[in-house]
Amino acid sequence: MATMEKQKAFQAPGEAGSPVELRDRYDNFIGGGWVAPTEGRYRENLTPATGQPFSTVADSTPADVELALDAAHDARVAWGATSPTERAAVLNAMADAVEENLQMLAIAESWENGKPVRETLAADIPLVVDHLRYFAGAVRSEEGRISEVDAQTYAYHFHEPLGVVGQIIPFNFPLLMAAWKIAPALAAGNCTVIKPASPTPWSILKLAEVVGDVVPPGVLNVVNGPGAEIGRALASSKRIAKVAFTGETVTGRLIMQYAAQNIIPSTTELGGKSPNVFFEDVMAADDDFLDKAIEGFVLYAFNKGEVCTAPSRALIHESIYDVFMERVLERVRAIKQGNPLDPETMMGPQVSAAQLEKIEGYVKIGIDEGAEVLTGGHRPDVGEDLAGGYYFEPTVLKGTNDMRVFQEEIFGPVVSVTTFKDEAEALSIANDTLYGLGAGVWTRDGSRAFRMGRGIEAGRVWTNCYHQYPAHAAFGGYKISGVGRENHRMMLDHYSQTKCMLVSYDPKPMGFF
Amino acid sequence: MDRVSATPGAVETIERLREKHGAIVLHQSGGCCDGSAAMCLRESELPPGPNDLTLGSIADVPFLIDAEQYERWGRPDFEIDVAPGGAESFSLEGPEGVHFISRAPSAPNDEDRQR
Repeated sequence: MATMEKQKAFQAPGEAGSPVELRDRYDNFIGGGWVAPTEGRYRENLTPATGQPFSTVADSTPADVELALDAAHDARVAWGATSPTERAAVLNAMADAVEENLQMLAIAESWENGKPVRETLAADIPLVVDHLRYFAGAVRSEEGRISEVDAQTYAYHFHEPLGVVGQIIPFNFPLLMAAWKIAPALAAGNCTVIKPASPTPWSILKLAEVVGDVVPPGVLNVVNGPGAEIGRALASSKRIAKVAFTGETVTGRLIMQYAAQNIIPSTTELGGKSPNVFFEDVMAADDDFLDKAIEGFVLYAFNKGEVCTAPSRALIHESIYDVFMERVLERVRAIKQGNPLDPETMMGPQVSAAQLEKIEGYVKIGIDEGAEVLTGGHRPDVGEDLAGGYYFEPTVLKGTNDMRVFQEEIFGPVVSVTTFKDEAEALSIANDTLYGLGAGVWTRDGSRAFRMGRGIEAGRVWTNCYHQYPAHAAFGGYKISGVGRENHRMMLDHYSQTKCMLVSYDPKPMGFF
Repeated sequence: MDRVSATPGAVETIERLREKHGAIVLHQSGGCCDGSAAMCLRESELPPGPNDLTLGSIADVPFLIDAEQYERWGRPDFEIDVAPGGAESFSLEGPEGVHFISRAPSAPNDEDRQR
């Protein structure tokens, strides 16, 4: 029953009382303005909360990508020549504009993606703001290096922008993943053309509305449409100097192949099957630490499991399995599902019908190969108003690491649990995967945490925490999880090229000729 | 024994895509977002790599999977289906408003396996 204290759900975008203004149709954001798609086609954009369309968004063609590239190239020289001070000021102004519109963007992001507004208010949008400010600061502190070759010969090293870059954004954190890519690209002096994910083309246009006045025209461009047409046109273009992609492995290969054909760099982030390891000493006391570890397990349901680093394999020491899982399952069953705009909702709908079907398919595969369903496994009853939405219960499967549900990325609220007998076995299971993006280690023993952290083949090992994404902590994959690191100033290197000016102050000739 | 089968709808879609784009291939993907779906691509853009296995074909279109991925997944059979809603990736069926699904095949192949 609703109580008097219950915080009411936010109104959906466009409804009376919503801070999110909604238009019937959204064009591409090119050259600092709104440009209709060349062929005049628009596509319905759905909210996964109800499965109903709420607006239409440009359904572009390669000609529109060319328009965006034209705008970016027009802006390239001037933007690349701005001082780090000026670029930092622009990034800070973007951050301020996002912060002033935090609630509006949080609601837009929640409605389009299905993630609960409690997450977008507390994590997604504040992290966008912080990320922009971080790269504003980072670029101010950049320095070239000087090598003294000998007393009269010096190599001066300058960071120079690449020029115009293409960036392809995933659907799971449409605004945060955009910020992860836009901030370093712009900070380093590049102009960008963004291709948002097909299920989430809109919230970034709300972001463009908010920052459109503070970014010089052409520096930031957004083109929406199908990946097979405009994603391909952008990634394979001779007019980009770098391509960045987050998504699945075959498209990742394709992107890297386009980059190879055009001889440009690429960065890719391609997913994971991250182990979350719980040693027996987490249960040595019933205290805050144990409470945190239990939450650390349940974080597989964060953003309804649509996270590349989702802790989707839980490895539990056999001696605590029964008692620990009892506590965990109690917490999982307390997850509130429903309207993502209700601040009490902990888990919203999956992003699309296709994702929902896939998740259901994997649960079936798991059952067929002998996994036990400890909780969940079905579409929940979320009431008549949300009946058309893409909801799935938070699900826990028990099995062994050789099962498909332990090896394939489900990208939904499904965790596969198994046990281990000692540290060596825990490490062996943790590394028995194609991927190496994230991992979690939970123990009160600092030495063991360190050994495990160094032993796990993954780019990010959360130690006694999980799913924290602060700026200034490098993020990226080992193994087939991709190439490159985001979220850290080292990303400036991924968006720069090095100019070496080799200068001789010696008046004498070399003497060869 | 062909390890790959397809529903009539998927066969029809694949034939239509071949007519439109020329030689095409299906690559079974993995990883985040759309991973787990089969991606339909022009053969000239992502030809079979040295570590790809050809598991079978659908309407003469080869179905490929990374060999290590195939082992990791326990050498499953695949049934390709098609459903409404544009593919979210670079897969060629996206602009047609549909997406391919890679399913575990139902009954008949399960019996084969038990044999």
